[in-house]
Amino acid sequence: MKEDFPLLKSNVVYLDSAATSQKPSCVIDSISNYYKSINANPHRGAYNLSVQATSAYDNAHEVVKEFINASSSKEIIFTKNATESLNLIAYSYGLDNLSEGDEVVLTIMEHHSDLVPWQEICKKNKAILKYMYVNENYEISDSELEKITSKTKIIGITHVSNVSGTINDVKKIISVAHKHNAKVVVDASQSIAHMKVDVQDMDADFLVFSSHKMYGPMGIGVLYGKEELLKNMTPFLMGGDMIEYVYEQDTSYAELPQRFEAGTQNVEGAVGLVEAINYINKIGYDKIREHERELLKYSRSKLEELDFLELYYPKNIDNHSSVISFNIKGVHPHDASSILDTMNICVRSGNHCAQPFLRSLGIDSTLRMSLAIYNDKSDIDHLVDALIKVNKMFEKYKES
Amino acid sequence: MEELDIYNELLMEHAYSKKNKKELDSYDACSLGHNPNCGDEIKLEVKLSEDKKLIEDMSFSGHGCAISQASTSIMIDTLKGKSIKEAKEIINIYFKMIRRENITKEDSKLLKDAMILKNISNMPARVKCAMLAWHTLDDMLNIDKKA
Repeated sequence: MKEDFPLLKSNVVYLDSAATSQKPSCVIDSISNYYKSINANPHRGAYNLSVQATSAYDNAHEVVKEFINASSSKEIIFTKNATESLNLIAYSYGLDNLSEGDEVVLTIMEHHSDLVPWQEICKKNKAILKYMYVNENYEISDSELEKITSKTKIIGITHVSNVSGTINDVKKIISVAHKHNAKVVVDASQSIAHMKVDVQDMDADFLVFSSHKMYGPMGIGVLYGKEELLKNMTPFLMGGDMIEYVYEQDTSYAELPQRFEAGTQNVEGAVGLVEAINYINKIGYDKIREHERELLKYSRSKLEELDFLELYYPKNIDNHSSVISFNIKGVHPHDASSILDTMNICVRSGNHCAQPFLRSLGIDSTLRMSLAIYNDKSDIDHLVDALIKVNKMFEKYKES
Repeated sequence: MEELDIYNELLMEHAYSKKNKKELDSYDACSLGHNPNCGDEIKLEVKLSEDKKLIEDMSFSGHGCAISQASTSIMIDTLKGKSIKEAKEIINIYFKMIRRENITKEDSKLLKDAMILKNISNMPARVKCAMLAWHTLDDMLNIDKKA
């Protein structure tokens, strides 16, 4: 698969796809072709080019709708990224629907983008923010679900943790939430490139992801929301293209999804995202899953052989997606990642925008490797050899 | 792999040395340096002489990478016993060195072991680690002046 990705033709061992994936040629070309052939401002001009740009942009909603099995393309809103999608939900839904004493329940695994907006909204509306914590296996136990009660109005869950790689049982959490009439926001940023996401099967109320973590371009993200919810929500950003009639003192808004897509949109991004979806569909999730699971199994077994590592992931591989966090005992992850960088290996180090999660685990930061379809066993072998070298460099000092 | 030269024997010894990593019995100033991107946190304690002109003692606690730990420990060795004025001058020389500006031979002598961080700009992502304690102390000494 590596040959599809021009950047990987260099010697780089890229193990940071959870931060952003590399892009296949077809995606890169689609963006360049868009500008070479049909670039114009969509929904504006009456001329043919604008019509083509409009149709490319509108078509992207259809393609995403099919991709995540939404019931209507009105439920697909393009944003800048998952972060903007989550802020949109917090401000347009949360602000109007949370009252004093209502509760918002998040998993402790949430990325800051699904946590900080809720803190703000809860403070504004005097609502209460609660967390479901993980057990020693980095999983949410059933007993934590008891925090979801009739007071709970909104629940935020990440489908896959960007730290521990835990696959959360979103379907189960959603069914518990719905018994209490709570709405559920699913962050699919870390799952969308790796497993089929079906919003109707999950029964998610909202679901978000970014294009750039699924082989698509940066700068475009998706917000899925059930139509019945979206149509009653206040627009988040206001301006051109999201209105119907504007008077001096009042405005009526456009239909969905346009009412949430103010201003000139990222058409090149939408075109690139469509191509990324085509690319994923062409390979097929079954094949992606199979390849990545094999690689995950290999990575886990190789890392588990290194007794100088601390590992932070679920024991059961069935609940583990392609993110692996670990530390070299006695070596700070930033030193390790800088040294790995000199060996052309890209891994992430730090708190992964999940400070509360790391704090709850009693750690400051970790190294994180993450897998994608273009990785192979040789990438893992390079990493393992390099980790042994790093540990050797530090061994005599850390024991002194 | 000239970048790896940073992780030399001297830096590693400083990084894992406990010599300056302690709490002082009493101090005149204490400040927390924090790098939110990587989570490094360093607490500096400074004890001044009776006339408040000399840095009599200094220590640190907290956590961070080898580069931030070593640069902190080295800073303490370099600046302990200096007057506040001298310390500020040396801090400026250190900043100049990190920014790859020319410094004179005499100036580089004042930096002592801190010279080993000369090439940190080969690892741009790590410059902040090498600066954290020095910036924190610089701020502390300047606040002291205002007060």
